[in-house]
This record gives sequence, structure tokens and C-alpha cells, in this order.
Amino acid sequence: MPLVTNHEISKSGSILSGPAELRDLPEWFREEQRAAWDQFENLPQPTRKNQAWRFSNVALLDLAPFKTSPPLSEDDRRNILKYSRGLEQYAGRMIFANDLLVERDVVSEDLKKRGVIFQPLERAMVEHSDLFRKYFMSTEATLGSAKFAALHKAHVSTGTFVFVPRGLEIELPIEIFHWLRHDNMSVFPHLLLVADELAKVTVIEHFRSCSRTAPGLACGVNDLIAGPGANVTYVCAQEWASNVIALQINSTVVDHDASAMSLNLHVGGKYSRFESLSRLIGEGGRSDLLAVAVAKHQQEFDARTLQDHISPRTSSDLLYKNALDDRARTIFGGLIRVEPHAHFTDAYQKVRNLLLSDDAEANSMPGLEILADNVRCTHGATSGQIDEDELFYLRTRGIPTRVAQRLLVTGFLDEVIQRLNHPVIGDHLHRLIEEKFAA
Amino acid sequence: MKTETTAINIDRGKGDFFYPEAHVRDAGIGLSERTIHYIADVKEDPDWVRDFRLRALKTFWEKPLPTHWASKELEAIDFDKIRYYLAQGTEPKRSWEDVPEDIKRTFERLGIPEQERKFLAGVEAQFDSEAVYSNIKKAVGEQGVIFVGSREGLKNYPEIFRPWFAKVIPVGDNKFSALNSAVFSGGSFIYVPPGVKVKHPLQAYFRINAENFGQFERTLIIADEGSEVTYMEGCTAPKFNTPTLHSAVVELVALKGAKIQYITVQNWASNVFNLVTKRGLAQENAEVKWIDCNIGSRLTMKYPGVIMKGRKARGEVLSIALANDGQHQDTGAKMIHAADETTSNIISKSISIGKGRATYRGLVHVPKHLKNCKNNTECDALLINATSRTDTYPAITVRGTGNAVQHEASVSQVSAEQIFYMQQRGLSEAQAMSLSVNGFVNDLVRQFPMEYSVELKRLIELEMEGSVG
Repeated sequence: MPLVTNHEISKSGSILSGPAELRDLPEWFREEQRAAWDQFENLPQPTRKNQAWRFSNVALLDLAPFKTSPPLSEDDRRNILKYSRGLEQYAGRMIFANDLLVERDVVSEDLKKRGVIFQPLERAMVEHSDLFRKYFMSTEATLGSAKFAALHKAHVSTGTFVFVPRGLEIELPIEIFHWLRHDNMSVFPHLLLVADELAKVTVIEHFRSCSRTAPGLACGVNDLIAGPGANVTYVCAQEWASNVIALQINSTVVDHDASAMSLNLHVGGKYSRFESLSRLIGEGGRSDLLAVAVAKHQQEFDARTLQDHISPRTSSDLLYKNALDDRARTIFGGLIRVEPHAHFTDAYQKVRNLLLSDDAEANSMPGLEILADNVRCTHGATSGQIDEDELFYLRTRGIPTRVAQRLLVTGFLDEVIQRLNHPVIGDHLHRLIEEKFAA
Repeated sequence: MKTETTAINIDRGKGDFFYPEAHVRDAGIGLSERTIHYIADVKEDPDWVRDFRLRALKTFWEKPLPTHWASKELEAIDFDKIRYYLAQGTEPKRSWEDVPEDIKRTFERLGIPEQERKFLAGVEAQFDSEAVYSNIKKAVGEQGVIFVGSREGLKNYPEIFRPWFAKVIPVGDNKFSALNSAVFSGGSFIYVPPGVKVKHPLQAYFRINAENFGQFERTLIIADEGSEVTYMEGCTAPKFNTPTLHSAVVELVALKGAKIQYITVQNWASNVFNLVTKRGLAQENAEVKWIDCNIGSRLTMKYPGVIMKGRKARGEVLSIALANDGQHQDTGAKMIHAADETTSNIISKSISIGKGRATYRGLVHVPKHLKNCKNNTECDALLINATSRTDTYPAITVRGTGNAVQHEASVSQVSAEQIFYMQQRGLSEAQAMSLSVNGFVNDLVRQFPMEYSVELKRLIELEMEGSVG
């Protein structure tokens, strides 16, 4: 049974006309949204001169055409529900379309009893305002998108709130869908995930469009909090339509002895920028940052990361792989920062680009800023093409060139997915990659 | 663990002395069109050079400081308090006897032995802005090699130097290349005729010896088809209380099949801003190799580059940086691949001591439709103290298939086990540390020409003296 919230869209029209004025959000939050709007208006539009936007095609960031979303028809809801197929089994599920909640499959009674909170954001704002206020956008967007984080805050109307209490491990993944319906619509997805001490949780987000080509804007922010000893896995499967501009700003806070892993698979969108900030604030914390981008046609994927080692004895490991065909472009701007006194840091960062055409362009800016000693930090960046010997080997086994190429590319990308060590999600992501190549 | 180690105390006493100034020509303090005319008058520049300087001054004024990516320390430079030109009022000397006595004493104190000078092919010693001593060995001259100062080069050999002057590094490349283009004086202009292989390295020593005065030397080296030349540049400067600016422009042109090797050992005093633009152009089968050691200065910003314009051209940057208290060594390399089958190699090693900061910035660009281009980049950083800092900011653009680029960087500290092992064998901690640091740079130093690897080892030992204890 679909649970539909009764959002009243007070203002339809351009997203640039002002903040969302939603009457059913608490007044204190609306106040914050108005402040965020002022901030958005005052911050300058990014230019390539800015190091955080170097190489980016900033001309694509024209927000003028995008509108706030009108209500959905019953047909839309039915279709969206029908096509929201991801994993076979999940602990809980939320489906959003045009920032409206289409369906919520609540977590089991047992999990609920043990203290798991799984709510739409606007309800958590009221019912768990202490947790909400403590963690909602508590980390500043420092990787270049402060302006768009402000835009997100000004327009966010719903999203997912997950709280996993101390010591509880949720076996099955929590699944979230965000859909874009109609041309030039905008969505502002939000996930606020708090895993308390020693808790364990996996979340997968699917970003999809109803039409293959409809232009749209997605401007999302995720706050992922791994409490002491907690284990958080976040997976994003981004399959927006080919004309969507997507900006995703993720921040992860890793407390002592906690472990956070994120995997971002990007296959859709015209311009897709994803910023991942991982802050290691407690000793023994570990953060794994994984990403795969399959770039074709004129797609541009723009990844910016920061592994921020604040406490001693923390470790982080980043592996980003891009396969580029046609006239696609990718940008990787990553930084390992070891703050003063964060001794015994062990950090790694690797980006690998596989160029499949003469017009593809891969830009890599792996960076290190080390302000402590007694550290082990390495990074590597490579750009190359399919190994001729490997291709030859496969062809001598009777595999046609095209198939052999595809095998080698998926094999190249598979290394990242295997790191996730979650066969069910891995299979799903693998299928998405195959589909992208088949298209 | 080495977190307790005190900052390495570098003995800068070697360059910490100066003699009374007796400048005959002095353009005064500050920068205006008048300064440019003054310099042009004194140097008897041809009109086109004067116009070039004036245009460059405009560009300099228009360009902002690159503080959106570079160190904010640049804002400490007060361009109105700098003396842009002064010289001894002497023509470059040909024989040792003509060199003024106090300058000879300066060289003596720096420990440049007379024998070394004789051994080296040509010693061009720059004292302040003008080359006061130039001794080109007869053999080099007989081979048809032109080895002159910037003024002489532009005035006497315009047909050779003018076509390439400011072509590799355009005036507007950056704010400091514009500044240099406006006020340059001194430096070396070298032309090596086709097929000539200059056996001995050409060498120049530079010194700054006037408070608040920037040195803006300009060097242009053209190696004609199939020729080979090695150029060495070494710097020391006395200590001053107010910041001194050094902003050079060095352009190298390696025509078909030529090889140029440019070696720098930079040991400016720790209040000098060293903002240098260096770039080489390599045509078909040519090779440009930069060997760069940065030990002194307050802030060095230097990213030697190679534009590989012809097929099978090769570019290489080998760089060592040592940053101590109050120092920021912001160095790196630029490799622009502009033809098929070009290869480039960057190896950078940095050591941060005390509160020193070493930064690597790199740019590797492989545009589309190029085939079989290869780049290899390796950056290793060594941190000695808990307060030391190191950064790496490479930027790599690759288009198309058929090209391969790899970049690797690592940061580590001196291994406690290594130190322990050496102490077991009876070495003091300081000796062990010095040995370990020398070991870190050894594989790079070994690639240097013999004379310089000896000198460099001596310099590093000197730097490490009294470092731990």
C-alpha cells in the first residue's frame, strides 16, 4: 500500500526563484532553508580557475531550466513502483519520485523494537529532532560544491533517515530509489545515516530517470556517520538519463575503530559530479572509497575526494576506475590530507583510467598534503588502454574482438566491485555495467 | 620513532657575508616605465627590445598574483621596494686578472677552487645583474659555440637569438615571466652549431649581493641539429633581513636530434623568493633534460617543463628539494606531449626537515590523436620531523588510446629500524640520519654529472650537519 505524504507545492516553477516554502516542515527548518538560500545566492558560480573545478565543464552548470516538481499522477506512481526493481531482498525500502515518497516498506517489527529508525526525513525532523539537528549537513562541503550544498539545503523536502542503535547489525541492505519524472525536473535527494557504536548497516541507493533522455537536475547530499566500532557500507548506483546534470555531495565521518566503505557506480547523466569527503576522527578508523565510472558519448564524470586523517592510527584506501569511450571525459581530483599529529596514518589512493577511443579524455589530479610524520601515504594514477597481448590471447581462443574487448573492460572494472565483498550487490552492479556496454 | 628529533640546523654561514656595495649603475627602487627606459638606456638595448620590455611591464601589471593555487606568501613581496637593476658598471671580463679583488674574495669564501674553474669549460660568474667574469675556454669558441650574456646576445646576434627569444615562454605565461621580460638583465645566451658536441659543461655561478634587489637573469640556449650541450647553474647568496626576489626565465630550444641538459643547484639564502620559469622545446628526436636541486630560499616556485613538439622527442626532469624551517620548496615539472612517440620521465624526491614544507606540482598533458606517448612520474617524499610538511598535486590529462601514463608518489619517514641498525654498528644517530637521507636521494644523485654529484653530496652533508643530537 503506497504511503503518500501530502506535500503541497507552494511554488512551482524555477528552482532559482527561491527556497522551497513547504508548510508541513517545521518553522525552524524553514528558517534554515531561507538562510541556505541566501548563502546559495551569495556564493559565486564555479569557474575553472578555481582548483576545485579545474578541468570541469562548468558551462554545463546552468540551473535556469530546472523546475520544482509538480505532483505525480496515479499512473506515474504505479509505473515507478513497477520499475523499482533492485535487490531481491532488503531490510527496508523507500521509493521517491520527483522528491515525493511513493512507497515505504518499513523495517521488520523486530528491528523496529530493537530501536532501528527508518523514516522519511521530514518526519525525523520532528520526531528525532535532536539526532537530526546534530548530524544533518554537519560537515561543510569543502570540495568545491558549497554553493550547491546550499541549494540542496534550501530545496530539500524529503529523504531518508536511518538510525541503527548500539550493537545492532542489520544483515540485509536498506534500499532507496530516487526517480526523475518529466523534463527539466529537479530532485534534491538526501540520506542521513547514523550507525551507533558497533552497529552494522548496508545501504544502496538507486538513481534513475523515467525517460532515457529527459533533461533534469539532481543535487543530493548524504551524511554518513559511523560511530565507534561501527561498520557502514554505502553503495550508489547512478543511472540517470543521458541529459541529467547530477551533483552529489557525500560526507562520511568515521569514529574510532569504525569502518566505512562506499562504492559509487556511475553510468548515467550528462555531467555527473560526485564529491566524497571522508573524515577519520578517531584512532583505528578505516575508510574505503571505491568508484567505477563507465563513460560514453559526451558524458563527463567529475570525481573529487578528500581522505582527511584527523586522528592518529587511521587508514584509508581509495580505488577509482574509469572506462572511457567515444568523446567522454573524466576528472579525478583527490587529496589525502594528514593533519598535524595524525601520526601512523596509512593512506592509499589509486585512480586508473582505461581509454577506449581516441577522443576520450582522462584528467587525474591525485594529491597529498602531509602535515605529520611517521606516515605511510602513497598514491598512483595511470592512464592506458587495453593490453594488446591480452586481446590477442582471447582472440586466439576464438573470442571475437568486440567481445574480448568488453570482457577485458569489465574485468578491469570488476576489481573495484569485488572489493565490496557483497556478491548480491556486486551482481547487480555488474549487470548495470554490462547493460551500459550493450547500449 | 623520530618525532622527538630537533630541527636540522643548516649551516648557512657559508653564504652569510657580504662586501661593501659599489654599484655604479642603479635604477633606484620601485618599478615604473621610467625604470624600464633607464635599464634600456644603460644596456643600450635595440628599439625592439625596449618595446618588448614596455609591453611586458603592462602584462605584469595586468596579471594577478597566482594565489588562487599558489602560496599566500607571495603577497609578502612588495614590488615597490625592490631594486630592479644595478650593475658593477663593468663589461663582462675575459680574463681572471681583470676581475675586481672583492669579487674574487667572494668566490674564495664560497669555496670555488681555482682548479675547478680551469677544469670547467667556461665559467660565467654573475655578480649582481651583470656577468662580471666570463671565461669561455678557447676550444668551445673554436667549435663555433656562442656563449654570451643576454644583452650581448640580443645586440650582436639578433639573427640567431631573436627568432626564439620569448617563444618558448611567452611574456604573458605568468606574472613573473612578465616581470622578468620587463626588467631582465644578465643570464646566458648560448648557441651550439649543428653537430657540435660540447664536451665540458658550460657553467655559471650566480650571486645576489644587494639588499632588496631582485635578480632577473634571462637565459636562452639553442642547440642546433644534432648538437649536445650541458649547462650548469649554481646559486648562493648572502643573508639579508628583507626579502629578496629572484625571478629568472630560462628557455631551451633543442632542434632536431639535439640534446640539452640543464643543471641547477639552488642554494639561495632563506629570505629569497625564488620564482623561476623554465621551459624547453624539443623537436624531432631531441632531448631536454632538467636536473634541479633546490636547497635554499624562503619560497621557491619552479616547475621546469618540456614541450615535446617533434616525433620521438624526449623530456626529463630529475629534481631534489630540501625544505628546512621557514622554507617552502614548491617545485615540480610540466610535460606537454605534442607529437607521436614522445616520452617523458619525472623523478622527484623531497626532504622536509623541521617546519619545512615541500610541495610537488606536476602537469602531464597528452592531447588526442597522439600515438605511443609515454610518461612516467615518481615522487617520493621524506619527512624528518613531526612538524614537517609535504604535499603532492599532480594534474594529468590523457586523451586517446595508444598512450600510457603512470604516476606514483609515496611519503614516508626515515625508518626507525634503519637508524637502529646503523646505531648498532656504532654510528651516532646523526651520522645514521645523514646516511639515510643520502641513501634516499642517492639513486637520483648518481645520475648527475660527476662534478655536480660530488658538490651535491657535500651540500647535503653540510645541511645534515648537527641535524640530530
